[in-house]
Amino acid sequence: MKTCLVVDDSSVIRKVARRILEGLEFTIEEAEDGEQALDACRRRLPEAILLDWNMPKMDGYEFLRLLRRLPGGDGPKVVFCTTENDVAHIARALHAGANEYIMKPFDKEIVEAKFQEVGLI
Amino acid sequence: MTPDDFDFLRKMLRERSGLVLAAEKQYLAESRLLPVARKYNIASLGDLVQQLRVMPNSPLAVATVEAMTTNETFFFRDKLPYDHFRDTILPALVAAHDRDKRIRIWCAAASTGQEPYSLALIIRELAQKEPALAAYRFDILATDLSGDVLERARSGIYSQFEVQRGLPIQLLLKYFSQVGETWQIAPEIRAMVQFRTLNLLNDFSPLGRFDVVFCRNVLIYFDQPTKIQVLNRIARQIAEDGYLALGAAETVVGLTDAFRPLTEKRGLYVPNPAARDLEPLAMAGGARRGM
Ligand SMILES: C[S@@+](CC[C@H](N)C(=O)[O-])C[C@H]1O[C@@H](n2cnc3c(N)ncnc32)[C@H](O)[C@@H]1O
Repeated sequence: MKTCLVVDDSSVIRKVARRILEGLEFTIEEAEDGEQALDACRRRLPEAILLDWNMPKMDGYEFLRLLRRLPGGDGPKVVFCTTENDVAHIARALHAGANEYIMKPFDKEIVEAKFQEVGLI
Repeated sequence: MTPDDFDFLRKMLRERSGLVLAAEKQYLAESRLLPVARKYNIASLGDLVQQLRVMPNSPLAVATVEAMTTNETFFFRDKLPYDHFRDTILPALVAAHDRDKRIRIWCAAASTGQEPYSLALIIRELAQKEPALAAYRFDILATDLSGDVLERARSGIYSQFEVQRGLPIQLLLKYFSQVGETWQIAPEIRAMVQFRTLNLLNDFSPLGRFDVVFCRNVLIYFDQPTKIQVLNRIARQIAEDGYLALGAAETVVGLTDAFRPLTEKRGLYVPNPAARDLEPLAMAGGARRGM
């Protein structure tokens, strides 16, 4: 089974994402902010990361930049999942090495489509 | 709606669009037609059917038929047919048409446009990698029974939800602009597609010959004789070295010999030269003239 790290400061969003991704046969790990996520990745790199943008301590963008510099950090497929729904943010995210981008609100179909798009399922 | 009303409705839908509505689907008819009744200020569905009986050619009848069709679609639906288009169909056709440099594509049930635009995006992306393609002319004709969906298709405007189903984010960024909460596809992509209303039950031979026909997720709503006659008539409009793409739940197998499946390419069919010669001239089921 593949592992997906769900990074979001909202426990509600993490719960929704967990339910969807478990339905797609992922093992789920959770982090509340970029720092926690980075710690988790230093311990073990997941196959997939579902990543919020705005979070306390370290935001998703900063996390992504640091992740991609870790040894093997280019491995995980990173799918942003955020309310930052404008062209400028999307462009920045892709530039920093995001593989896909989900604009909230999202549902199972969108997550499934995006994970398929990057070859995770 | 009385059972008699529902029977009338089912018959009308079948005649007009080919849609076969199962006898137990009255609830579906009711939920889809209530908004139509409201829009036309009609008090009940019984009254609505009464008006259809009296005025079978009214705008109300058109609205009724359109309300009953399923328009669901999304960009790069099922992915595989689009991979076939990019990796198999286009290279073959580009080689075959190195003289006339013209390739004609028909989306026969285009709905709100995601299918023809997906094809246009593939062509555009490929042309950027292979400059030789710039010399080719690609005509994409997108037709549908419903004028409403085509109007939306023409506008090229999609909701946030629609652009997230099947469209890779890089393509969204590259070819769409944000208009408030919605996204509009670029004018140069819109200009690659021509939209026109067309009922597949009617004669479509005036459209001419195509190199590729995408006829996806519409035959499933038809009964067997209708599927057969539509497929046979499509066969007449496809070039000998052309391709037909059907939906994931559709096939020609057991219906017609006019096409044969490409076994290693699921969902893709090519004209069957043997059948072309054998085929009697009379059209099975025949197309209606007009409209
Ligand atoms: C489910 S959509 C398929 C859209 C697209 N081809 C796809 O696969 O995503 C079916 C479309 O067929 C159209 N349709 C239904 N009956 C038709 C007919 N008799 N002639 C032409 N179009 C028809 C409907 O209006 C609807 O837009």
